Amino acid sequence: MAHNAQSSSRLSPIAQRRLAVFRGNRRAWISLWIFLFLFALSLIAELIANDKPLVMRYDGQWYAPLLVDYPETEFGGFLPTTADYHDPFVKEQIDAHGWALWPLIPFSYQTLDMQMMQPSPAPPDGRHWLGTDDQGRDVLARVIYGFRLSVAFALVLTAGSLAMGVLIGGIQGYFGGKTDLIGQRLTEIWSGLPVLFLLIILASFVQPGFWWLLGIMLVFSWLGLVDVVRAEFLRARNLEYVRAAKAMGLTPRLIMWRHVLPNAMVATLTFVPFLFTGAITTLTALDFLGFGLPPGSPSLGELVAQGKNNLHAPWLGITAFISLSLMLSLLVFIGEGLRDAFDPRHIQQTATPLPRNNANA
Amino acid sequence: MPDANTSPLLRLDALTIAFSGTTVVDGLSLSVHRGETLALVGESGSGKSVTALGAMNLLPDNARVEGGRTLGESDLAHLKPRDWQGLRGGRVGFIFQEPMTSLNPLHTVARQIGETLRLHQGLSGRAARERVRELLVQVKLPRPDELLDAWPHQLSGGQRQRVMIAMAIANEPELLIADEPTTALDVTVQREILALLAELRDRHGMGMLFITHDLNLVRRHADRVCVLYQGREQETGSVKAVFGSPQSPYTRTLLDAEPEGRPQPIQRVKPLLSAQQFSVSFQRPKRLFAKRPPAFEALKPLDLYLAPGETLGIVGESGSGKTTLALALLRLVESKGEVIFGGERLDTLSGAALRRKRRRIQVVFQDPYGSLSPRLPVVEIVSEGLRFHYPELDENEVRSRVKATLREVGLPEDCASRYPHEFSGGQRQRVAVARAIILEPELLILDEPTSALDRTVQKQLVDLLRNLQARRGLSYLFISHDLAVVRAIAHRIMVLKEGELIEQGECLKVLSEPATEYTRALVTAAGLSPYAA
Repeated sequence: MAHNAQSSSRLSPIAQRRLAVFRGNRRAWISLWIFLFLFALSLIAELIANDKPLVMRYDGQWYAPLLVDYPETEFGGFLPTTADYHDPFVKEQIDAHGWALWPLIPFSYQTLDMQMMQPSPAPPDGRHWLGTDDQGRDVLARVIYGFRLSVAFALVLTAGSLAMGVLIGGIQGYFGGKTDLIGQRLTEIWSGLPVLFLLIILASFVQPGFWWLLGIMLVFSWLGLVDVVRAEFLRARNLEYVRAAKAMGLTPRLIMWRHVLPNAMVATLTFVPFLFTGAITTLTALDFLGFGLPPGSPSLGELVAQGKNNLHAPWLGITAFISLSLMLSLLVFIGEGLRDAFDPRHIQQTATPLPRNNANA
Repeated sequence: MPDANTSPLLRLDALTIAFSGTTVVDGLSLSVHRGETLALVGESGSGKSVTALGAMNLLPDNARVEGGRTLGESDLAHLKPRDWQGLRGGRVGFIFQEPMTSLNPLHTVARQIGETLRLHQGLSGRAARERVRELLVQVKLPRPDELLDAWPHQLSGGQRQRVMIAMAIANEPELLIADEPTTALDVTVQREILALLAELRDRHGMGMLFITHDLNLVRRHADRVCVLYQGREQETGSVKAVFGSPQSPYTRTLLDAEPEGRPQPIQRVKPLLSAQQFSVSFQRPKRLFAKRPPAFEALKPLDLYLAPGETLGIVGESGSGKTTLALALLRLVESKGEVIFGGERLDTLSGAALRRKRRRIQVVFQDPYGSLSPRLPVVEIVSEGLRFHYPELDENEVRSRVKATLREVGLPEDCASRYPHEFSGGQRQRVAVARAIILEPELLILDEPTSALDRTVQKQLVDLLRNLQARRGLSYLFISHDLAVVRAIAHRIMVLKEGELIEQGECLKVLSEPATEYTRALVTAAGLSPYAA
């Protein structure tokens, strides 16, 4: 696909038509923009929810606590440790000697609010818009960071599965025969391994971090793609333009890359949004069970677990529910839109190419 | 035979059909009488099929059909949906082009034919089965008792078409619409099917609307003919009148479109390609614990040679091993036997050495819609092999060679950045030729390059190929089932039947004095107009 984009500056007519169909699906088109907006917001989460001021002026000097760690002694404190800007003493000093510009939400995902009026979990109020969780951390901040983490995890996982699935499925489908037979049996055995138990066992002797989880999931998540890609390659390898390329003397690698892959990508790409939602759901489920990201990480699954453990604090469960369902619904709508846009039956209505048999119909 | 005094069976009066604003059939008037065959002729896209479908209300909703249409006493323009159901399959029978797809693969023959009997005559059970058997006898299917319970995939193309015909005549319709009924069939089968249709027409006194692009068939099997061009009627009249003295210029072009001329004579020197005891066999799958069945011999051992600048025509019906021969010579399927190309053994090469050699043998396939990658612009398709085999060429050189080659095959200059679907079938075939000759091959294998094209376009392509041969001294291995095309391009021909070489020799000699029964049948079926030297 990359090569295609280079060789022709404009989009191919097929791609243009697909884009038009996708835009015509208003639900998908609006969902895409909302999702992109939310993701862009979450990318600058540090500027929106942070326990450090964005910029401040102290004794006539500029400070950027967001970028630089200043010791407390800088602001008249006693300890040479990094300043805690929520400390009442530091606050007083800053107010006395200058000013500070705080982010919209003055808490990060792991800030413990020490000046709470109520026992945690505290219900929503002016200070914590969505309340706090049972450790006194701001829920809204955790949702923003958690959203980013989920989407980032799903993005990397999807990209990784796509690469692996296309590579393995492509090799099986293109070469066929014994390669295909052995490859298929191996993937069948591999897909029989219980992923969840592996993760639980893993969690008992290492502390699974972001990359650990990603690695383990990646080892299994490509399996779903292999069948789709393999079928497409099997079909394409006997098409005449592939034969013509073979007769031209091109290497199998080039033929697969330039001729088979672009035509197999349609079926594959429609699969991707659902792989994406699947990745988010799995991560949430693991976090909910406690086998996911390390404690303290901003995770939506952990928020669900807290909601379950603190039924007297409904804002936890409701927030988790709304944020998860919103994110997944948006993704499913986008996925449906993509699938319809790539659906050849949809294309045919406006298409110029007439199949040979219908040319005179 | 048509009788001018009786009122026509089907009458279309200024029929106009438009698809969302685009007019496809424009003011067409025609009539079909009982017992006659009216042929509707034109190139692809001329609106032949749309006319028939439109008259019978079988077009999708976005089509607008205007004008008068009557069948016998019924006014088709104002018919209720219920009445249509009784009419189609009852008073009007249809035969479609694709015998492979027009039968439901999950129903047996008896069930498919029985369905129309049940719907229109209320026959079921034993009575229906008895009637189906009768119909199978009528369409001259062998072993009717066995075939009653056969599945479509067990039948050959010709047999399926006979089943289709049996379905169409099951309810003794007044009008039979045959839409390219024989296009997908071999020539010898074609003749049998059309003879059968004529016989049935006479026996039941049906009117027949015969849609085709093949003038040869019209000449022999129709009473009257209506020529269509871009949805407009060009000329209507008896076959004799229209073929004898065509009035419209378009009809004249169509009639002249028979490929003609002969390739330039050559001196035979050392052969470019020669093969000894060349054969291909495919292994049949082995069942568990069973002995492997003997391999299927797709091509029995044969010898062939080809001189530089010479065209060898390979002729035969479907399943005769023509394409297998091409693929095997290209080393795309496994083969046995010694192949020498340009003084070197070809059959023992592999890997990079084989890939280098591939530049010198190029191929053009049959299907102009399937042989070009739909996602690459023409310039990429044509230049791909060049970039691979000559990585040292810079971008400008590649571009200019692509341009020169496209000009050589007669394509407009601005087509380089366009995509395959923007071209017609004939133009795509030219792109495929350009892709092949840009590598400056010595041998070009052409596998049915003209069979998906209209006659007029075929002629142009044959002219182009002959010019290229004269200019570049190319050798062709030309595979075709169409003897008219083969005669226009081949020096020598080889006739294959069921994987076996049964006859070979100088092209004109074989065609004029065939030595075997099979070749004679092929030549008669093709109905070649005599060659004017």
